[in-house]
Amino acid sequence: MISILKNFKFWFVFTPYFWLVAFFFIPLAIIMKISLSVSEWGMPPYKDILTTDEVTGNFIINITSGNYAFIFSDFFYLQSYLNSLSLAFTSTLICLIIGYPIAFYVAKSKPKTRNLLLILLIIPFWTSFLLRVYAWKVLLQGNGILNMILMKFGIITEPLSLLHNHYAVILGVVYTYLPFMILPLYGYLVKFDLRFIDAAHDLGSRNINTFFKVILPLSLPGIIAGCMLVFIPVVGEFVIPELLGGSDKLYFGKIIWNEFFVNRDWPVASALAMSGILFLIIPIVIFQISYSKYNFKNE
Amino acid sequence: MNKSFLKYILLGFGFAFLYFPIFTLIIYSFNESKRVMVWKGFSLKWYVELFKNEQILEAFYISIKIASISATFATLLGVMAGYSLARISKIPFRSFFIFISTAPLVMPEIILGLSLLLFFISANNLFGLPSSKGQLTVLISHITFSVAFVAVIIQARLSSFNKSIEEAAQDLGAVPNSVIWKVTLPVILPSIISGWLLAFTLSLDDLVIASFTTGPGANTLPIVVFSKVRMGLSPEVNALSAVIMLVIVTIAIGYYIKTRNKLDVN
Amino acid sequence: MKDSFLYIENVSKSFDDVKALNNVSLTIKKSELFSLLGSSGCGKSTLLRIIAGFEKPDSGKIFLDGEDITDLPAYKRPLNIMFQSYALFPHLNVFNNISFGLKEDHLEKNEIINKTEEIINLLELNGLEKRKVDEISGGQQQRVALARCLVKKPKLLLLDEPLAALDKKLRIQTQFQLVNLQYKLGITFIIVTHDQEEAMSLSDRMAIMQEGNILQIGNPVEIYEKPNNEYIAKFIGTANIISIENNQKKKNFYTSLDLDIEIETSINKISSKCLIRPEKIYITKSTIDKKVSSVNSCKGTVKEVAYLGSYTKYLIESNNFHFYVFQTNNFISENLNIKWDDVVDCSWDKEAIFLL
Repeated sequence: MISILKNFKFWFVFTPYFWLVAFFFIPLAIIMKISLSVSEWGMPPYKDILTTDEVTGNFIINITSGNYAFIFSDFFYLQSYLNSLSLAFTSTLICLIIGYPIAFYVAKSKPKTRNLLLILLIIPFWTSFLLRVYAWKVLLQGNGILNMILMKFGIITEPLSLLHNHYAVILGVVYTYLPFMILPLYGYLVKFDLRFIDAAHDLGSRNINTFFKVILPLSLPGIIAGCMLVFIPVVGEFVIPELLGGSDKLYFGKIIWNEFFVNRDWPVASALAMSGILFLIIPIVIFQISYSKYNFKNE
Repeated sequence: MNKSFLKYILLGFGFAFLYFPIFTLIIYSFNESKRVMVWKGFSLKWYVELFKNEQILEAFYISIKIASISATFATLLGVMAGYSLARISKIPFRSFFIFISTAPLVMPEIILGLSLLLFFISANNLFGLPSSKGQLTVLISHITFSVAFVAVIIQARLSSFNKSIEEAAQDLGAVPNSVIWKVTLPVILPSIISGWLLAFTLSLDDLVIASFTTGPGANTLPIVVFSKVRMGLSPEVNALSAVIMLVIVTIAIGYYIKTRNKLDVN
Repeated sequence: MKDSFLYIENVSKSFDDVKALNNVSLTIKKSELFSLLGSSGCGKSTLLRIIAGFEKPDSGKIFLDGEDITDLPAYKRPLNIMFQSYALFPHLNVFNNISFGLKEDHLEKNEIINKTEEIINLLELNGLEKRKVDEISGGQQQRVALARCLVKKPKLLLLDEPLAALDKKLRIQTQFQLVNLQYKLGITFIIVTHDQEEAMSLSDRMAIMQEGNILQIGNPVEIYEKPNNEYIAKFIGTANIISIENNQKKKNFYTSLDLDIEIETSINKISSKCLIRPEKIYITKSTIDKKVSSVNSCKGTVKEVAYLGSYTKYLIESNNFHFYVFQTNNFISENLNIKWDDVVDCSWDKEAIFLL
């Protein structure tokens, strides 16, 4: 045992291993546990899974699927989840459509220009996320700059209410998550050999066909990585709807937040989080598979 | 239509979209008026206000402190995790290890935050530790989700290098520990640095997880900014954005000049 | 056997269920340039990695200079390996790459500098000392990798596909450099390669490997002229393999099943196959009146002609059997006469036949 503890490799593996088990895996297990417990008045506001009967001293197991039954029976929760999914889907798609050509052209620029463009892409990424969302709040105000421009050109006469609706949320999400789409795409496209395009042209393929039959399939792993990096976090996004959204749509992140901080119903908040993980497990698995494939290729 | 014309239009629009909001904020940070969107003339008033605002300064100090400690620990753990993933094949429950060291990358913040908070409360009930929520709990949370990012960067770097450089070092007489210090670490040093920087920004930027795990005396900058802008606009926050932008652009220009010179050599 | 320089005794190694080395034994003499030759997956690289100490054999032993090194870790073995992709340290410059091993041996600073400079001179790397390893050419990288090993004065140098990354012209040049260097320094070299020409031109002796076994060990002439079996005959150079049957009545005579002729040899042994190398067959354009004996000669039709400058390759069909003939172009006019679909007379000496 002592020889194992002196082993360098042992510490290399097990220090992060234990840390992640303690502070990532066990907390998830606790959410799981609380999502199955019975809510009650007090602190903590739920009954422990295992209690002893005060009279007989016997163990009592307090497990309920009621929290799950509750959130799945109430359309309010399901609707918020669907809202988040549709937000994530729409904004991922828009990010892909905007991000792909940018990533492609940056990757295909001359090395010197490429470095400059890449840094220009990364600068907003390193700027505070919160401040970037806030910037749109400023822009979209009733007396904000966008309305001013539109009115000056006579396109509108009255200021539009651009803020506090789900379009503003989509805009905010696309804006803040665009780098997450562009960077993995760039990573693939920069390694992409331009001779493939020449070969496809040589074999008589037209531009459109070249794109769909050669470039797109070869950059597919980058597309998957980029889409997952946008889609999954956006499903749980809280800040952007809070700052830019209105009362027209409620989102998943906000619901968990409210359930926990406002209603103080920990079991329901946990059940929501757990079901969120369950719904996200498929995209997460896709992400991990494509990610590990990519790394194997590098070896 | 010309192909390169299309390219410039696309890139132009893309970059305009990325920079327009930020520049607007910076311009309005020099606005005299208290009402953010009504231009009343040039003034540095809000910068003075910003540097007089004790709440923001305090939060800024706490954020920088937490971010640098968290980045350092996350880098340490992330280097170990990345090395284990890339180089050590015999790990008990290896796929479980891969899962817990990459899942935080994509796990929604709100779920991470909630789970960590419930964990700290349960731990407090069971062991009395941590005694209260505060800077320590935020720190632990930030380390935890940053580890995954650093691990991924390190693993990618190690995978792109053939294992044979480490074998070559051994062959030339370096004992295993010496191989790590003299070859593996220097080779991945650039990734260690970018891992640290990423962990630092992630911590500095985080609002949701910090909101869950924070306690008295641990209001980070994002928490303070969020409470200021949640209901309306704040000219001081405009000034803050401009300051942050200035710092980042300075670093980026420095980096660009450095790498450009390197390219010239090649 | 144990007093030979490098002795590999019954070494076996499996990866999962795949047997990479199957009870391999091998003896290598001091100052020898030895090649391990085989197609990919034959176990040659595994054997090299076991000698270097990166893999542990499942069974068997390795002796270097009389000492059992089987359990010695790589960093304690008095031998060095030059990796296929060179494995130069990307964070160090040329000088520090070369002196890395000396520093690990904790030599005195002056000694390190002197030894490093000496090897830099020997390998003509002067002026590149301060360069990063990704700022020098492929040929220079190869020499740095070689210098990094040689500076430690190893008893044995292992080279894993040392020339694979170089272009053809540089490869031939470097081949000669390697042989000269080895001769000058007297270090034992073991080279792993899949390139048979490279193995033939470099080695004193070579071993042919297939599926974890050593099929034959010998000098290049033995391997080429007297291969142990059909696989080796075909692996090294071009081989015409003819099925034969022992002739019961006449000694040293065989009946060819493929060609419907008789084959006379200089040796007699029961065998079902014989080898004739293409350059040992003579061809001339057939004239109708010329009679051809049916011993060690046949008529055939030219199916392919490839003029390669110093010699010409012909593919001949005879009795529905195909074989190759290589003719050196000593007399241009005579050879260029032979064209596609021409009928030719083929013949060979009885010494040209090798029974498999």
